[in-house]
Amino acid sequence: MNKRLSVKHLLGIKQLTAEDIDLILTTADQFKEVLNRTIKKVPSLRDITIANLFFENSTRTRVSFELAERRLSADIVNFSASSSSVKKGETLIDTVNNILAMKVDMVVMRHPNPGACVFLSRHVDSKIINAGDGAHEHPTQALLDAYSIRERLGSVKGKRVAIIGDILHSRVALSNIYCLQKLGAEVMVCGPQTLVPRYIGSLGVKVEYNLRKALEWCEVANMLRIQLERQDIRYFPSLREYTMQYGVNKQMLDSLGREITIMHPGPINRGVEITSDVADSDQAIILGQVENGVAVRMAVLYLLAGRTDE
Amino acid sequence: MTPRLILSPQLFDITINRLCHQLIEVHDDFSESVIIGLQPRGVFLARRIQKTLEKILNKNGIPCGELDVTFYRDDFRRKDLVPNRTHIDFVIENKNVILVDDVLFTGRTIRAGLDAMQAFGRPKDVELVVLIDRRFSRNLPIQAKYIGRTVDTIASEKVKVEWKEAGGEDHVWLITQE
Repeated sequence: MNKRLSVKHLLGIKQLTAEDIDLILTTADQFKEVLNRTIKKVPSLRDITIANLFFENSTRTRVSFELAERRLSADIVNFSASSSSVKKGETLIDTVNNILAMKVDMVVMRHPNPGACVFLSRHVDSKIINAGDGAHEHPTQALLDAYSIRERLGSVKGKRVAIIGDILHSRVALSNIYCLQKLGAEVMVCGPQTLVPRYIGSLGVKVEYNLRKALEWCEVANMLRIQLERQDIRYFPSLREYTMQYGVNKQMLDSLGREITIMHPGPINRGVEITSDVADSDQAIILGQVENGVAVRMAVLYLLAGRTDE
Repeated sequence: MTPRLILSPQLFDITINRLCHQLIEVHDDFSESVIIGLQPRGVFLARRIQKTLEKILNKNGIPCGELDVTFYRDDFRRKDLVPNRTHIDFVIENKNVILVDDVLFTGRTIRAGLDAMQAFGRPKDVELVVLIDRRFSRNLPIQAKYIGRTVDTIASEKVKVEWKEAGGEDHVWLITQE
Protein backbone atom coordinates (compact mmCIF):
# COMPACT_ATOMS: atom_id res chain seq x y z
CA MET A 1 0.00 0.00 0.00
CA ASN A 2 1.00 3.59 -0.63
CA LYS A 3 2.49 5.38 2.34
CA ARG A 4 2.04 8.96 1.23
CA LEU A 5 -0.40 11.11 -0.67
CA SER A 6 0.48 12.04 -4.24
CA VAL A 7 -0.64 15.63 -3.61
CA LYS A 8 0.63 18.46 -1.39
CA HIS A 9 -2.76 20.09 -0.99
CA LEU A 10 -6.30 18.79 -0.84
CA LEU A 11 -7.88 21.00 -3.49
CA GLY A 12 -10.42 18.57 -4.83
CA ILE A 13 -11.12 14.88 -5.30
CA LYS A 14 -10.36 15.30 -8.99
CA GLN A 15 -6.61 15.58 -8.23
CA LEU A 16 -6.52 12.45 -6.02
CA THR A 17 -5.75 8.91 -7.14
CA ALA A 18 -7.74 5.89 -5.97
CA GLU A 19 -4.70 4.94 -3.84
CA ASP A 20 -4.76 8.36 -2.16
CA ILE A 21 -8.42 7.92 -1.26
CA ASP A 22 -7.72 4.43 0.04
CA LEU A 23 -4.87 5.71 2.19
CA ILE A 24 -7.07 8.45 3.66
CA LEU A 25 -9.90 6.02 4.45
CA THR A 26 -7.66 3.40 6.12
CA THR A 27 -5.92 6.11 8.14
CA ALA A 28 -9.34 7.40 9.18
CA ASP A 29 -10.11 3.92 10.58
CA GLN A 30 -7.33 4.39 13.12
CA PHE A 31 -8.51 7.88 14.03
CA LYS A 32 -12.02 6.60 14.54
CA GLU A 33 -10.59 4.27 17.18
CA VAL A 34 -8.78 7.22 18.78
CA LEU A 35 -12.08 9.10 18.96
CA ASN A 36 -13.62 6.27 20.95
CA ARG A 37 -10.96 6.41 23.68
CA THR A 38 -11.44 8.21 26.96
CA ILE A 39 -8.65 10.58 25.97
CA LYS A 40 -9.53 11.49 22.40
CA LYS A 41 -6.35 13.32 21.63
CA VAL A 42 -3.00 12.45 20.04
CA PRO A 43 0.10 14.67 19.92
CA SER A 44 1.00 14.28 16.21
CA LEU A 45 0.45 17.88 15.08
CA ARG A 46 1.58 19.62 18.25
CA ASP A 47 4.06 21.81 16.36
CA ILE A 48 1.66 22.84 13.61
CA THR A 49 -0.54 25.91 13.41
CA ILE A 50 -3.61 25.83 11.21
CA ALA A 51 -5.74 28.76 10.06
CA ASN A 52 -9.41 28.13 9.35
CA LEU A 53 -10.51 30.70 6.82
CA PHE A 54 -14.23 30.70 6.28
CA PHE A 55 -15.37 33.21 3.70
CA GLU A 56 -18.79 31.57 3.68
CA ASN A 57 -21.03 30.38 6.49
CA SER A 58 -20.66 26.91 7.88
CA THR A 59 -21.46 25.09 11.10
CA ARG A 60 -20.80 21.41 10.60
CA THR A 61 -17.68 21.60 8.45
CA ARG A 62 -16.14 24.28 10.59
CA VAL A 63 -16.76 22.57 13.91
CA SER A 64 -15.68 19.26 12.42
CA PHE A 65 -12.38 20.68 11.15
CA GLU A 66 -11.80 22.50 14.41
CA LEU A 67 -12.34 19.33 16.45
CA ALA A 68 -10.13 17.33 14.12
CA GLU A 69 -7.35 19.89 14.47
CA ARG A 70 -7.64 20.06 18.25
CA ARG A 71 -7.68 16.28 18.59
CA LEU A 72 -4.40 16.19 16.69
CA SER A 73 -3.02 18.82 19.12
CA ALA A 74 -2.58 21.50 16.45
CA ASP A 75 -2.79 25.19 17.34
CA ILE A 76 -5.58 26.93 15.49
CA VAL A 77 -6.73 30.37 14.50
CA ASN A 78 -10.21 31.02 13.22
CA PHE A 79 -11.20 33.64 10.79
CA SER A 80 -14.50 34.46 9.21
CA ALA A 81 -15.09 36.91 6.43
CA SER A 82 -17.84 38.79 8.23
CA SER A 83 -15.45 40.07 10.91
CA SER A 84 -12.34 40.75 8.85
CA SER A 85 -10.45 43.18 6.65
CA VAL A 86 -11.89 41.51 3.55
CA LYS A 87 -14.69 44.03 3.87
CA LYS A 88 -12.09 46.80 3.67
CA GLY A 89 -11.00 45.70 0.21
CA GLU A 90 -8.04 43.41 0.84
CA THR A 91 -7.34 40.76 -1.83
CA LEU A 92 -7.44 37.05 -1.04
CA ILE A 93 -3.68 36.57 -1.55
CA ASP A 94 -2.90 39.52 0.71
CA THR A 95 -5.21 38.25 3.42
CA VAL A 96 -3.70 34.78 3.35
CA ASN A 97 -0.10 35.98 3.11
CA ASN A 98 -0.62 38.20 6.12
CA ILE A 99 -1.88 35.26 8.10
CA LEU A 100 0.99 33.07 6.91
CA ALA A 101 3.48 35.78 7.93
CA MET A 102 2.43 34.97 11.49
CA LYS A 103 3.93 31.48 11.01
CA VAL A 104 0.88 29.46 10.09
CA ASP A 105 1.62 26.09 8.47
CA MET A 106 -1.67 25.03 6.93
CA VAL A 107 -4.80 26.71 5.67
CA VAL A 108 -8.31 25.26 5.66
CA MET A 109 -10.46 27.44 3.45
CA ARG A 110 -14.07 27.75 2.44
CA HIS A 111 -14.77 30.31 -0.21
CA PRO A 112 -17.82 31.19 -2.34
CA ASN A 113 -15.77 31.27 -5.57
CA PRO A 114 -15.06 28.01 -7.41
CA GLY A 115 -11.32 27.44 -7.77
CA ALA A 116 -10.33 29.82 -4.96
CA CYS A 117 -8.20 27.13 -3.33
CA VAL A 118 -6.47 26.14 -6.57
CA PHE A 119 -5.68 29.81 -7.19
CA LEU A 120 -4.34 30.23 -3.67
CA SER A 121 -2.19 27.11 -3.85
CA ARG A 122 -0.35 28.61 -6.83
CA HIS A 123 0.46 31.85 -5.08
CA VAL A 124 1.13 31.13 -1.44
CA ASP A 125 3.62 28.87 0.26
CA SER A 126 1.45 26.75 2.52
CA LYS A 127 -0.58 23.56 2.49
CA ILE A 128 -4.17 24.24 1.52
CA ILE A 129 -7.24 22.18 2.30
CA ASN A 130 -10.43 22.96 0.46
CA ALA A 131 -13.42 23.05 2.79
CA GLY A 132 -15.79 23.88 -0.07
CA ASP A 133 -15.37 26.31 -2.94
CA GLY A 134 -18.61 27.62 -4.36
CA ALA A 135 -20.52 25.01 -6.37
CA HIS A 136 -17.25 23.31 -7.33
CA GLU A 137 -15.81 20.79 -4.84
CA HIS A 138 -16.11 19.80 -1.18
CA PRO A 139 -13.52 17.03 -0.98
CA THR A 140 -13.66 16.17 2.73
CA GLN A 141 -17.45 15.71 2.50
CA ALA A 142 -17.03 13.25 -0.36
CA LEU A 143 -14.34 11.37 1.58
CA LEU A 144 -16.51 11.06 4.66
CA ASP A 145 -19.44 9.97 2.51
CA ALA A 146 -17.29 7.26 0.93
CA TYR A 147 -16.04 6.27 4.38
CA SER A 148 -19.60 5.99 5.68
CA ILE A 149 -20.70 3.87 2.71
CA ARG A 150 -17.69 1.61 3.18
CA GLU A 151 -18.48 1.30 6.89
CA ARG A 152 -22.15 0.51 6.28
CA LEU A 153 -21.88 -1.74 3.22
CA GLY A 154 -18.37 -3.15 3.54
CA SER A 155 -16.99 -1.50 0.43
CA VAL A 156 -17.72 1.15 -2.16
CA LYS A 157 -16.68 -0.84 -5.20
CA GLY A 158 -19.61 -1.97 -7.33
CA LYS A 159 -22.21 -0.18 -5.19
CA ARG A 160 -24.98 1.84 -6.82
CA VAL A 161 -25.26 5.34 -5.40
CA ALA A 162 -27.89 7.90 -6.37
CA ILE A 163 -27.33 11.57 -5.66
CA ILE A 164 -30.72 13.22 -5.46
CA GLY A 165 -31.76 16.86 -5.41
CA ASP A 166 -30.13 20.14 -6.37
CA ILE A 167 -27.18 18.83 -8.39
CA LEU A 168 -26.59 22.13 -10.18
CA HIS A 169 -25.66 24.15 -7.12
CA SER A 170 -24.00 21.37 -5.18
CA ARG A 171 -20.30 21.01 -4.54
CA VAL A 172 -21.04 17.82 -2.64
CA ALA A 173 -22.45 16.23 -5.80
CA LEU A 174 -19.36 16.87 -7.94
CA SER A 175 -16.87 15.71 -5.29
CA ASN A 176 -19.00 12.66 -4.59
CA ILE A 177 -19.16 11.73 -8.26
CA TYR A 178 -15.36 11.88 -8.60
CA CYS A 179 -14.74 10.05 -5.34
CA LEU A 180 -17.28 7.25 -5.81
CA GLN A 181 -16.22 6.64 -9.40
CA LYS A 182 -12.54 6.43 -8.42
CA LEU A 183 -13.48 3.82 -5.85
CA GLY A 184 -15.42 1.83 -8.44
CA ALA A 185 -19.04 2.66 -7.61
CA GLU A 186 -21.80 3.37 -10.10
CA VAL A 187 -23.28 6.82 -9.74
CA MET A 188 -26.65 8.24 -10.76
CA VAL A 189 -27.86 11.79 -10.37
CA CYS A 190 -31.55 12.55 -10.01
CA GLY A 191 -33.46 15.80 -9.75
CA PRO A 192 -35.70 18.15 -11.66
CA GLN A 193 -34.38 18.81 -15.15
CA THR A 194 -33.66 22.42 -14.26
CA LEU A 195 -31.40 21.42 -11.39
CA VAL A 196 -29.39 18.76 -13.23
CA PRO A 197 -26.55 20.24 -15.32
CA ARG A 198 -27.16 19.52 -18.99
CA TYR A 199 -23.89 17.75 -19.84
CA ILE A 200 -23.36 15.95 -16.55
CA GLY A 201 -23.67 12.63 -18.39
CA SER A 202 -20.18 13.30 -19.78
CA LEU A 203 -18.79 12.53 -16.34
CA GLY A 204 -20.00 8.97 -16.80
CA VAL A 205 -22.99 9.17 -14.47
CA LYS A 206 -26.51 7.97 -15.17
CA VAL A 207 -29.17 10.67 -15.25
CA GLU A 208 -32.71 10.05 -14.03
CA TYR A 209 -35.52 12.53 -13.59
CA ASN A 210 -37.90 10.15 -11.85
CA LEU A 211 -37.30 9.74 -8.12
CA ARG A 212 -39.07 6.40 -7.84
CA LYS A 213 -36.90 4.88 -10.57
CA ALA A 214 -33.74 6.24 -8.96
CA LEU A 215 -34.65 4.72 -5.60
CA GLU A 216 -35.46 1.38 -7.21
CA TRP A 217 -32.04 1.37 -8.86
CA CYS A 218 -29.80 2.41 -5.98
CA GLU A 219 -28.39 0.88 -2.80
CA VAL A 220 -27.49 4.25 -1.31
CA ALA A 221 -29.40 7.50 -1.79
CA ASN A 222 -27.52 10.68 -0.97
CA MET A 223 -30.14 13.40 -0.52
CA LEU A 224 -29.08 16.99 -1.20
CA ARG A 225 -30.59 20.16 0.12
CA ILE A 226 -32.18 22.71 -2.20
CA GLN A 227 -29.68 25.56 -2.08
CA LEU A 228 -32.08 28.45 -2.25
CA GLU A 229 -29.30 30.90 -1.36
CA ARG A 230 -27.47 30.07 -4.58
CA GLN A 231 -30.52 30.18 -6.82
CA ASP A 232 -30.81 33.48 -8.64
CA ILE A 233 -33.86 32.43 -10.62
CA ARG A 234 -36.73 30.08 -9.88
CA TYR A 235 -35.91 26.54 -10.96
CA PHE A 236 -39.22 24.99 -9.87
CA PRO A 237 -42.68 26.41 -9.17
CA SER A 238 -42.71 25.97 -5.39
CA LEU A 239 -41.05 24.05 -2.56
CA ARG A 240 -44.31 22.18 -2.06
CA GLU A 241 -44.25 20.98 -5.64
CA TYR A 242 -40.58 20.01 -5.33
CA THR A 243 -41.38 17.94 -2.24
CA MET A 244 -44.21 16.17 -4.02
CA GLN A 245 -41.92 15.18 -6.88
CA TYR A 246 -38.57 14.69 -5.18
CA GLY A 247 -39.17 14.43 -1.44
CA VAL A 248 -38.47 11.01 0.10
CA ASN A 249 -40.85 9.64 2.72
CA LYS A 250 -41.00 6.44 4.75
CA GLN A 251 -43.94 5.00 2.89
CA MET A 252 -42.08 5.26 -0.40
CA LEU A 253 -38.98 3.60 1.05
CA ASP A 254 -41.01 0.77 2.60
CA SER A 255 -42.67 0.09 -0.74
CA LEU A 256 -39.29 -0.63 -2.38
CA GLY A 257 -39.19 -4.11 -0.85
CA ARG A 258 -35.54 -3.81 0.22
CA GLU A 259 -33.69 -1.47 2.52
CA ILE A 260 -31.59 1.26 0.97
CA THR A 261 -29.22 3.49 2.93
CA ILE A 262 -30.12 7.16 3.20
CA MET A 263 -27.41 9.79 3.47
CA HIS A 264 -27.52 13.55 3.74
CA PRO A 265 -24.61 16.01 3.94
CA GLY A 266 -26.69 18.43 6.04
CA PRO A 267 -28.14 20.81 6.87
CA ILE A 268 -31.45 18.97 6.47
CA ASN A 269 -34.62 20.76 5.50
CA ARG A 270 -37.01 18.42 7.24
CA GLY A 271 -40.17 17.91 5.25
CA VAL A 272 -38.60 19.15 2.01
CA GLU A 273 -36.07 16.63 0.61
CA ILE A 274 -36.73 14.03 3.32
CA THR A 275 -39.40 13.66 5.96
CA SER A 276 -38.56 13.44 9.66
CA ASP A 277 -39.43 9.76 9.97
CA VAL A 278 -36.89 8.97 7.26
CA ALA A 279 -34.19 11.23 8.70
CA ASP A 280 -34.58 9.65 12.13
CA SER A 281 -34.89 6.04 10.96
CA ASP A 282 -32.26 3.29 11.14
CA GLN A 283 -31.93 3.45 7.37
CA ALA A 284 -30.44 6.94 7.63
CA ILE A 285 -26.79 7.25 8.59
CA ILE A 286 -26.80 11.03 8.71
CA LEU A 287 -25.37 11.39 12.22
CA GLY A 288 -22.89 8.61 11.49
CA GLN A 289 -21.64 10.72 8.60
CA VAL A 290 -21.06 13.64 10.96
CA GLU A 291 -19.20 11.40 13.41
CA ASN A 292 -17.02 9.99 10.63
CA GLY A 293 -16.32 13.52 9.39
CA VAL A 294 -13.98 14.23 12.30
CA ALA A 295 -12.00 11.01 11.79
CA VAL A 296 -11.71 11.56 8.03
CA ARG A 297 -10.57 15.17 8.49
CA MET A 298 -8.02 14.06 11.06
CA ALA A 299 -6.67 11.61 8.49
CA VAL A 300 -6.43 14.31 5.81
CA LEU A 301 -4.68 16.76 8.13
CA TYR A 302 -2.36 14.08 9.47
CA LEU A 303 -1.35 12.80 6.04
CA LEU A 304 -0.81 16.27 4.55
CA ALA A 305 1.06 17.63 7.57
CA GLY A 306 3.18 14.50 7.85
CA ARG A 307 4.12 14.39 4.21
CA THR A 308 7.90 14.45 3.93
CA ASP A 309 8.55 17.07 1.28
CA GLU A 310 11.36 16.46 -1.12
CA MET B 1 27.53 -10.46 3.33
CA THR B 2 25.26 -13.42 3.92
CA PRO B 3 22.78 -13.03 6.77
CA ARG B 4 23.72 -14.72 10.03
CA LEU B 5 21.07 -16.82 11.78
CA ILE B 6 20.60 -15.77 15.40
CA LEU B 7 17.56 -17.88 16.26
CA SER B 8 16.48 -21.04 14.43
CA PRO B 9 12.82 -22.11 14.56
CA GLN B 10 13.65 -24.53 17.37
CA LEU B 11 15.51 -21.98 19.50
CA PHE B 12 12.81 -19.44 18.74
CA ASP B 13 10.27 -21.71 20.39
CA ILE B 14 12.48 -22.46 23.39
CA THR B 15 13.13 -18.76 23.90
CA ILE B 16 9.44 -17.86 23.92
CA ASN B 17 8.79 -20.70 26.35
CA ARG B 18 11.49 -19.41 28.65
CA LEU B 19 10.13 -15.86 28.52
CA CYS B 20 6.71 -17.21 29.50
CA HIS B 21 8.08 -19.08 32.50
CA GLN B 22 9.92 -15.96 33.62
CA LEU B 23 6.67 -14.01 33.34
CA ILE B 24 4.80 -16.60 35.42
CA GLU B 25 7.38 -16.24 38.22
CA VAL B 26 6.39 -12.60 38.57
CA HIS B 27 2.77 -12.50 37.47
CA ASP B 28 1.46 -15.69 39.05
CA ASP B 29 -1.95 -16.44 37.50
CA PHE B 30 -2.17 -13.19 35.48
CA SER B 31 -5.39 -12.11 37.19
CA GLU B 32 -3.97 -8.61 37.65
CA SER B 33 -1.85 -8.53 34.49
CA VAL B 34 -2.46 -7.65 30.85
CA ILE B 35 -0.33 -8.06 27.73
CA ILE B 36 0.00 -5.30 25.14
CA GLY B 37 1.85 -5.89 21.88
CA LEU B 38 3.25 -2.95 19.94
CA GLN B 39 2.22 -2.72 16.29
CA PRO B 40 3.16 -4.05 13.88
CA ARG B 41 5.47 -6.91 14.86
CA GLY B 42 5.32 -6.85 18.63
CA VAL B 43 1.77 -8.11 18.22
CA PHE B 44 3.03 -11.44 16.83
CA LEU B 45 5.18 -11.98 19.91
CA ALA B 46 2.40 -10.84 22.26
CA ARG B 47 -0.10 -13.30 20.75
CA ARG B 48 2.48 -16.08 20.89
CA ILE B 49 3.20 -15.34 24.55
CA GLN B 50 -0.52 -15.22 25.32
CA LYS B 51 -1.10 -18.62 23.71
CA THR B 52 1.90 -20.21 25.39
CA LEU B 53 0.94 -18.83 28.80
CA GLU B 54 -2.63 -20.09 28.43
CA LYS B 55 -1.27 -23.54 27.58
CA ILE B 56 1.15 -23.65 30.52
CA LEU B 57 -1.33 -22.24 33.03
CA ASN B 58 -4.21 -24.18 31.53
CA LYS B 59 -6.52 -21.17 31.56
CA ASN B 60 -8.16 -18.95 28.98
CA GLY B 61 -8.76 -15.26 28.72
CA ILE B 62 -5.43 -13.63 29.53
CA PRO B 63 -6.06 -10.13 28.14
CA CYS B 64 -3.90 -9.29 25.14
CA GLY B 65 -4.22 -6.06 23.15
CA GLU B 66 -2.63 -4.30 20.20
CA LEU B 67 -1.24 -0.80 20.53
CA ASP B 68 -0.18 1.38 17.61
CA VAL B 69 2.25 4.15 18.52
CA THR B 70 2.38 5.97 15.17
CA PHE B 71 0.61 9.12 16.41
CA TYR B 72 3.05 9.41 19.31
CA ARG B 73 6.31 8.97 17.42
CA ASP B 74 9.00 11.65 17.44
CA ASP B 75 9.96 11.18 13.78
CA PHE B 76 6.71 12.54 12.33
CA ARG B 77 7.52 14.43 9.10
CA ARG B 78 10.95 12.79 8.94
CA LYS B 79 9.43 9.57 7.62
CA ASP B 80 6.10 8.69 6.01
CA LEU B 81 4.26 7.05 8.87
CA VAL B 82 1.12 5.04 8.29
CA PRO B 83 -0.82 3.95 11.36
CA ASN B 84 -1.90 0.40 12.20
CA ARG B 85 -4.84 -0.86 14.20
CA THR B 86 -5.10 -0.28 17.93
CA HIS B 87 -7.32 -2.69 19.80
CA ILE B 88 -7.43 -2.75 23.59
CA ASP B 89 -10.76 -4.06 24.85
CA PHE B 90 -9.87 -4.27 28.53
CA VAL B 91 -9.10 -1.85 31.33
CA ILE B 92 -5.45 -1.16 32.11
CA GLU B 93 -6.14 1.10 35.09
CA ASN B 94 -4.28 -0.35 38.11
CA LYS B 95 -3.13 -3.42 36.18
CA ASN B 96 0.37 -4.75 35.64
CA VAL B 97 1.02 -4.08 31.99
CA ILE B 98 3.43 -6.28 30.07
CA LEU B 99 4.54 -4.32 27.02
CA VAL B 100 5.80 -6.54 24.18
CA ASP B 101 7.92 -5.73 21.13
CA ASP B 102 10.08 -7.84 18.84
CA VAL B 103 13.32 -5.83 18.73
CA LEU B 104 14.57 -3.21 21.19
CA PHE B 105 16.91 -0.86 19.34
CA THR B 106 16.97 2.90 20.02
CA GLY B 107 14.13 2.76 22.56
CA ARG B 108 12.12 5.41 20.72
CA THR B 109 9.22 3.11 19.88
CA ILE B 110 8.92 2.09 23.52
CA ARG B 111 8.97 5.75 24.58
CA ALA B 112 6.09 6.40 22.18
CA GLY B 113 4.34 3.27 23.46
CA LEU B 114 4.49 4.50 27.05
CA ASP B 115 2.90 7.78 25.95
CA ALA B 116 0.24 6.07 23.85
CA MET B 117 -0.73 3.83 26.75
CA GLN B 118 -1.63 6.85 28.88
CA ALA B 119 -4.73 7.41 26.77
CA PHE B 120 -6.13 4.14 28.14
CA GLY B 121 -5.53 4.70 31.83
CA ARG B 122 -2.92 4.63 34.58
CA PRO B 123 -1.37 1.21 34.98
CA LYS B 124 0.04 0.08 38.32
CA ASP B 125 3.23 -1.18 36.81
CA VAL B 126 4.74 -1.51 33.32
CA GLU B 127 7.31 -4.08 32.24
CA LEU B 128 8.95 -4.63 28.88
CA VAL B 129 9.47 -7.95 27.07
CA VAL B 130 11.53 -8.13 23.87
CA LEU B 131 12.65 -11.03 21.74
CA ILE B 132 15.90 -9.34 20.68
CA ASP B 133 17.78 -6.65 22.59
CA ARG B 134 20.29 -4.75 20.46
CA ARG B 135 22.72 -3.78 23.17
CA PHE B 136 24.73 -0.53 23.04
CA SER B 137 22.43 1.15 20.51
CA ARG B 138 19.99 2.92 22.82
CA ASN B 139 19.15 6.63 22.39
CA LEU B 140 16.99 6.76 25.51
CA PRO B 141 17.27 5.38 29.04
CA ILE B 142 15.00 2.39 28.39
CA GLN B 143 15.74 -1.27 29.22
CA ALA B 144 13.75 -4.46 28.90
CA LYS B 145 13.07 -6.65 31.93
CA TYR B 146 12.68 -9.90 29.97
CA ILE B 147 14.98 -10.50 27.02
CA GLY B 148 14.93 -13.37 24.55
CA ARG B 149 18.40 -12.88 23.15
CA THR B 150 20.90 -10.06 23.47
CA VAL B 151 22.92 -9.18 20.39
CA ASP B 152 25.76 -6.72 19.90
CA THR B 153 25.23 -4.81 16.69
CA ILE B 154 26.44 -1.69 14.98
CA ALA B 155 24.15 0.82 13.30
CA SER B 156 24.73 -0.48 9.77
CA GLU B 157 23.51 -3.94 10.77
CA LYS B 158 19.89 -4.93 10.76
CA VAL B 159 18.01 -7.48 12.81
CA LYS B 160 15.23 -9.17 10.89
CA VAL B 161 12.60 -11.22 12.69
CA GLU B 162 10.44 -13.52 10.57
CA TRP B 163 7.18 -14.96 11.88
CA LYS B 164 5.13 -17.98 10.95
CA GLU B 165 2.09 -15.71 11.21
CA ALA B 166 3.48 -13.48 8.45
CA GLY B 167 4.12 -16.46 6.15
CA GLY B 168 7.34 -18.44 6.31
CA GLU B 169 9.19 -19.76 9.36
CA ASP B 170 10.23 -18.40 12.75
CA HIS B 171 13.71 -16.98 12.22
CA VAL B 172 15.88 -14.17 13.48
CA TRP B 173 18.59 -12.94 11.13
CA LEU B 174 21.41 -10.48 11.49
CA ILE B 175 21.95 -8.70 8.20
CA THR B 176 24.97 -6.57 7.38
CA GLN B 177 24.27 -3.83 4.87
CA GLU B 178 27.09 -2.78 2.60
